[in-house]
Amino acid sequence: MSTQLTTPTDRNSAETLARGKGEPDWLVSLRGEAAELAGTIEWPKPEKVRIERWNLTAVGSYETPAAVASLAELPANVQELVAEGTENLLVQRNSGVVWKQLSAELASKGVIFTDLETACREHGDLVKPYLFQAVNKDEDKLTALNAAIWNGGVFVYVPKNVEVELPLQAVLFNDNAGATFAPHILVVAEANSRVTYVDCVVTDKSKANGEFVHPAIVEVFVKPGALVRYGSVHSLGEGGVDMTIRRAVVENDGRVEWIIGDLNDGHTLSDTKSVMKGQGSTSDVKVISVGNNAQQMSLTTRAVHFGKSSDSNMITRAVMRDSASAIINGITKIEHGATKANGVQTERVLMLSPKARGDANPILLIDEDDVTAGHAASVGQVNPEQVYYLMSRGISRQDAERLIIYGFLAPVVSEISVEAVRNQLQRLLERKLEG
Amino acid sequence: MATHFVIDGLKAEIEGKEILKGINLEIKGGEIHAIMGPNGTGKSTLASALMGHPKYEVTAGSASLDGEDLMEMETDERARAGLFLAMQYPSEIPGVTNSDFLRSAINARREEGNEISLIKFIRQMEGKMKELEMNPEFAHRYLNEGFSGGEKKRNEILQMMLLDPKIVVLDEIDSGLDIDALRIVANGVNAMRSEDRGFLIITHYQRLLNYITPDFVHVMMQGRIVKSGGPELAQRLENEGYDWVKEELGIQDETVGQA
Repeated sequence: MSTQLTTPTDRNSAETLARGKGEPDWLVSLRGEAAELAGTIEWPKPEKVRIERWNLTAVGSYETPAAVASLAELPANVQELVAEGTENLLVQRNSGVVWKQLSAELASKGVIFTDLETACREHGDLVKPYLFQAVNKDEDKLTALNAAIWNGGVFVYVPKNVEVELPLQAVLFNDNAGATFAPHILVVAEANSRVTYVDCVVTDKSKANGEFVHPAIVEVFVKPGALVRYGSVHSLGEGGVDMTIRRAVVENDGRVEWIIGDLNDGHTLSDTKSVMKGQGSTSDVKVISVGNNAQQMSLTTRAVHFGKSSDSNMITRAVMRDSASAIINGITKIEHGATKANGVQTERVLMLSPKARGDANPILLIDEDDVTAGHAASVGQVNPEQVYYLMSRGISRQDAERLIIYGFLAPVVSEISVEAVRNQLQRLLERKLEG
Repeated sequence: MATHFVIDGLKAEIEGKEILKGINLEIKGGEIHAIMGPNGTGKSTLASALMGHPKYEVTAGSASLDGEDLMEMETDERARAGLFLAMQYPSEIPGVTNSDFLRSAINARREEGNEISLIKFIRQMEGKMKELEMNPEFAHRYLNEGFSGGEKKRNEILQMMLLDPKIVVLDEIDSGLDIDALRIVANGVNAMRSEDRGFLIITHYQRLLNYITPDFVHVMMQGRIVKSGGPELAQRLENEGYDWVKEELGIQDETVGQA
């Protein structure tokens, strides 16, 4: 009975699997330690959401990836997420990467864009100093679980002073609910480099009907003066539990921009954090989400300021329909010594049904006097006058609500500067609202 | 078939209070009817009840357009059947541009796969906006957000022009309009006069009727139509007020449902 297991892995099986894949010793022992930890420590405890009631143990078993010869072999609803004409693309299917390409031009500049498994074998010197450094494997059962079983994944490395003009794109999807689907994404942007990374994390809903867990971790390292734009849209199936921890460490004058679309059909734990270590470092986070049916979501954005004159802005907008619920936390922490720091956050929830629930919890924790900070939050029902007005022009109730939802999310969506992310968000938003 | 709109014994209440106490009115294509009356007599309730505002409950009677009872329909179906209400207080919808909204409304009347082409739509919209002397930038502004009172009213008329309804109800379209805007709005309405279209103009004041000449004028008090006549009735109301009507009918308090 898989539901009775408290830990879905153990040291022996994690190490055996890792050795079988030919992973380096340091990684095998990291996985072993993590598997053991996963048996002893607790799941994360987000505010007001009892994730232990979700089915967290359906991690499935490793499915050996079979590379595809062309993108045409992928499901149509995955193919349509691929930006037209892109030369920089990576596709993960279930437990491993089945397609990857990087333009010769970027490769010649020293850019690395490959799956994390390959990177650990071929670029261990570049991976090892960063892997599980922004997120520690022993933080909770989720981080330990990812450390023990992560597969496929993405490694982006941009050398000093290199500017990557076009977005690097990844599509990570599952079409077998019984297969472990646990990506780990690592982005390292060296000093004064620039890169945009965009991914979609989706379920082929015609195939993967069972229950599964997607325990994922994203680590981003932004070196002095570098800029990383990270766009990610999740649209996992109803049987899935998405638990994704994202973290960026930003050095002097570096900047990270997160654009997150949490559009899953299942329960979701999404936690995105920027640690502004360096002086003048900045962070911008935009999160949008739509909840349907009985979905439960915990959506958290965090900004931690260590650097002087560091600046953060966080926006979350969520629409809850049916009996969906979302707890939205925004936490701005300004540490002692981070003088002239500025942290701003906004959380807004729109509820489309009397049974939907939304909570916005803005929190400012400030240990320094010479700073500025602000927050705004609102939670409200859709205004029946607005629906009536639109319907009085012949627009159906469903379309009226859809217009109001798009309108509510528009101030965030329209600000997204990366066209590829905006388009994907739009497409997956449509899928969700038509669903 | 010529447009034929019949309101028969319509009663409606809000929060359990009866406001409309049996309205009877017949409008044929080509006719313009005006409903006048002091504040609080149920005029705007009539407009809202016809359109299906969620706060109003119709308790008796019918309102049929070409033989179909609108009261049996949802608000959007009433609109697609040919009813249009220019509202006194149009809603603001943040994030939805005026042009996206208008296109959705037009396409709601067309079969799937037969949506209006973008070029054709823009040409139509820009043409009508010009007639209404609207700044073209209003197409890209969020629906009614930050519009002045007069801009909102013009936008209501723009929608009327693009949606080509059979029965148009104008609820206090003249309130808050300066004389220039009033003229533009009236020109818009006059341009839409046709044998296939009937109008019901709800207003406090005669001044709109200087620009749009009604065929019939009705006075509403206590939730009923208490007096009907031709355009001369509006003129007399403008000159003498409503007291003579009250006196004639023995009405002390003309309002209805006031706390």
